[in-house]
Amino acid sequence: MNVESTKPPQSLRDIQHIILILSGKGGVGKSSVTTQTALTLAGLGYKVGVLDIDLTGPSIPRMFGLEGHSIYQSEQGWIPVTKYEDGSGSLKVMSLGFLLNDRGSSVVWRGPKKTAMIKQFIKDVVWGELDYLLIDTPPGTSDEHISIAEELRWAQPDGSIIVTTPQNVATADVKKEINFCRKVNLEVLGIIENMSGFVCPHCAECTNIFSKGGGHKLSQDLAIDFLGSVPIDPTFVELIENQKTEGSNLVDLYRSQALFPVFQDIIKAVEKKEIPSRVSN
Amino acid sequence: MAAQVSEVLQQDYRLKEAEPEHCPGPESENAGQGDACNGCANKDICESLPKGPDPDIPLITENLSQIKHKILVLSGKGGVGKSTFTAMLCWALSSDEDLQVGAMDLDICGPSLPRMLGCNSETVHESNSGWSPVYVADNLATMSIQYMLPENDSAIIWRGSKKNALIKKFLKDVDWDVLDYLIVDTPPGTSDEHISINKFMKDSGIDGALIVTTPQEVALLDVRKEIDFCRKAGIKILGLVENMSGFVCPNCKGQSQIFKPTTGGGQKLCEELVIPFFGSVPLDPRVGKSCDEGQSFLDGYPESPASLAILNVVERLRDAVGDI
Repeated sequence: MNVESTKPPQSLRDIQHIILILSGKGGVGKSSVTTQTALTLAGLGYKVGVLDIDLTGPSIPRMFGLEGHSIYQSEQGWIPVTKYEDGSGSLKVMSLGFLLNDRGSSVVWRGPKKTAMIKQFIKDVVWGELDYLLIDTPPGTSDEHISIAEELRWAQPDGSIIVTTPQNVATADVKKEINFCRKVNLEVLGIIENMSGFVCPHCAECTNIFSKGGGHKLSQDLAIDFLGSVPIDPTFVELIENQKTEGSNLVDLYRSQALFPVFQDIIKAVEKKEIPSRVSN
Repeated sequence: MAAQVSEVLQQDYRLKEAEPEHCPGPESENAGQGDACNGCANKDICESLPKGPDPDIPLITENLSQIKHKILVLSGKGGVGKSTFTAMLCWALSSDEDLQVGAMDLDICGPSLPRMLGCNSETVHESNSGWSPVYVADNLATMSIQYMLPENDSAIIWRGSKKNALIKKFLKDVDWDVLDYLIVDTPPGTSDEHISINKFMKDSGIDGALIVTTPQEVALLDVRKEIDFCRKAGIKILGLVENMSGFVCPNCKGQSQIFKPTTGGGQKLCEELVIPFFGSVPLDPRVGKSCDEGQSFLDGYPESPASLAILNVVERLRDAVGDI
């Protein structure tokens, strides 16, 4: 491996915390967890950045209702799209989705090209001062993951939040992802179990569609903190899908969602670890 | 002898930087010699790679020559049920004793198919005629990287070129023998695995792809990209199936949309892109449970609406490849 320098990239200089959202399995809700964590943090008055390194299937622009926005190039680098700014809190987003002309066109890239794009995403984005940078990832343990781990090698990221769904088929892949984290010396902050139960809107009976407790069991087996269970909530999907027509901002709307307190608790659990800020005062 | 994943691959190469705009491709005939190669940091690496048409492709074509129908199961999105559907297809087809069925798992970093078919801890054996696939039933052969891992939870931390080499092995060196169907389960995305399978199987002929989606727009968005990929790559789209559409509460029988089709779901997408719509399969918690246990959901709950919907899709698929 040819590492050019042992200094963290300049672009990350003023970012206090860097957290990766990982899962070996696809469709477990990495982007949805990233989105909700970002909305909660911004709602609590933090400055938040979201970087989407899923290059062949970027979901983040859709989640934040930012499809069709584009990225501007300045002298310092790429300017991320600003979703929200209010007093102390802010929310900025960067994704390959903003660089594509047509939302339906595919990005058919082999590994080396993906690696180069991730390098650019780490080095050339003008984030400015941030409290948290959340990095949303694609499923697997391949090019994107190896690249981001290499790029962040000297940048002292806080670690990763692992997302799983309860069924065995998902936790099996997630175990592989945790083994990946251990191999590249990336701290695992904890596990979130997503899609854990669905409350029927007709009779309020909770059904465990993708079984139950898999995430909790996984955290016990591997001695990793369990950060919380997030139930399936169709009103969140509606919120995401209807945000264009709603007048007020997504961050404000999210504060009244049933899942907001769930994510507040998750953030409290992460903050309790008291990971020192990357920026020395 | 049991084959181990660490021993089977040839040497890996790694580019120093991304391919430039008009890169002829590191594995192409003109690698290192194109106009774009002058000044490219990869020039030396590309020049040293073997040149000319891939000598393995005729071997692959030969190895797959006794397979009647080859079908890819694709989706741009993860977790929509590609592996579940592949497993269902296998169970449904192999329930006919006269059909020989094979299933190949191309998801190298997150193989799920072996667990769903109930053969997660099997190992692959090497013989004179190549690697023998793992047989789930007399007429159902499977191949996955899972069978070659030192431990069930081992992470495969591989870049694309290494994954491509293994995929080639699966096609060239696995003793598939005579098959009526080879179903190929794929990982999400449009990257190395997808480009490679198409390239390696070009001469063997792929019947086409079955696209799996879920109803919500976040999934459809990625599925559109996959369809775009198929069109660019010249892969015929046999049809699209919408999975996890609608949920019937087991307590009150009330119906809800968990993954709401706010933009019209799979059916609307099919109309928009002129693709055959194979139907919707409702969300049934027993499907996930059967998959976790490696049991056939179709055998366990033959009367359930999900089973009937799945069997209907299988019929449409067989029809689309001209088998019935």
